[in-house]
Amino acid sequence: MDKTKYWVVGAGIATGLAALLLTAAGNPANMGFCIACFIRDIAGGFGLHSADKVQYLRPEIVGLVLGAMAAALAGREFRARAGSSPAVRFVLGMIVMVGALAFLGCPLRMVIRLGGGDLTAVSALLGFAAGIGVGVVFLRRGFSLGRAYPAKRADGFALPGFVIAVLALLLTAPAFIHFSQTGPGASHAYWLISLGGGLLVGILAQKSRLCMAGGLRDVFLFRDFHLLRGFIAIFLTVLLGNLLMGQFQPDLAVQPVAHHDYVWSFLGMALAGWGSILLGGCPLRQLILAGEGNGDSAVTVFGMLTGAAIAHNFGMAGSADAMKDGVFTAGGVPSAGRAGILIGLALLLLISLTNLHKEDPTK
Amino acid sequence: MIDARGYSCPMPVVMVQKAVQKDAPASLEVLVDDPCAVENITRFAHNHGYQAAAQERDGGAFSLTLTKQP
Repeated sequence: MDKTKYWVVGAGIATGLAALLLTAAGNPANMGFCIACFIRDIAGGFGLHSADKVQYLRPEIVGLVLGAMAAALAGREFRARAGSSPAVRFVLGMIVMVGALAFLGCPLRMVIRLGGGDLTAVSALLGFAAGIGVGVVFLRRGFSLGRAYPAKRADGFALPGFVIAVLALLLTAPAFIHFSQTGPGASHAYWLISLGGGLLVGILAQKSRLCMAGGLRDVFLFRDFHLLRGFIAIFLTVLLGNLLMGQFQPDLAVQPVAHHDYVWSFLGMALAGWGSILLGGCPLRQLILAGEGNGDSAVTVFGMLTGAAIAHNFGMAGSADAMKDGVFTAGGVPSAGRAGILIGLALLLLISLTNLHKEDPTK
Repeated sequence: MIDARGYSCPMPVVMVQKAVQKDAPASLEVLVDDPCAVENITRFAHNHGYQAAAQERDGGAFSLTLTKQP
């Protein structure tokens, strides 16, 4: 096994362990780590949406970006660059978020949910793979968002600077920042544990290039299973951890922060998968790249923040199934969310078709 | 020669894959400026019968030479 294989498997195991630890320390069940959910919570904390159960400034996001930045600086891999279709990337970030929040989780949480026995996420995994397959077809046909160019070094610190401000606002808790009193936003580990988990995963994800979408993409494109090892390592670690702790619930019954809307979970994650391929990586990878100084990924993250706000303000986000006093209330993807997914798919098709390039790569 | 500077993964590997599938050249030089691309192209080369040697250039760029193994 070469060194890079150790890194990606190690990063996967560490991410799985961090997810288990963070859940044990207070994060919502099967949501030790969820990039889409945590960015949505930050959007809520800023008052960009008013869903009062999902508002909190998640230190995991801060840790991921700062961990990646520290690893990139230490490894001489910090490179400030930008200019690869930033406006399109902003829109793609929004679209990926609409798809992920319809399902109730990013690709990372999808794996964590599966590791907890949440079989309602199987349709999402199939959709995610299908979306990646469609994205790969366009990559093969010449899809590209163009080159990025060196930028001023200070530009590379845009997202790290932003997340430091997020942390400062969390710790000082001024009146204009919103904090959920109930619901997933109110469930969180102590901030230092969350920050530490984020830092650890951020460092390892930068070193290993861990990417949920990249794992399947590279298998489809190059028959390369390297990144998929990280994906599988997360799943097995979470699965084993849940089995050992007696938390493995393999069924289709009411699962934590999940719903039974299989068709729209499939389509939502197809949207997230296809969008992630066009972006060059999943939401986690966008945070890591932004920590490495990539301004285009920083713009993508701001697109995801905006997408989260829009998903809730326009009533597009999925809602979880609930069981209270023996009464089952079905959640699912509302009509606006279904329309959002269909519009998102149409936009992805448009972006894919209008960014095809036929030139010979050796010229 | 493939100039993949400014492209982030997987684009540099896709460019190399297209060149290899088209002509199966005995050797191929690739310019990149992303350390991740160096790793990915090296892995692709090894999986497709090529040896890869990387050299760091000025300005954070890397030159990769892919040579077909006999």
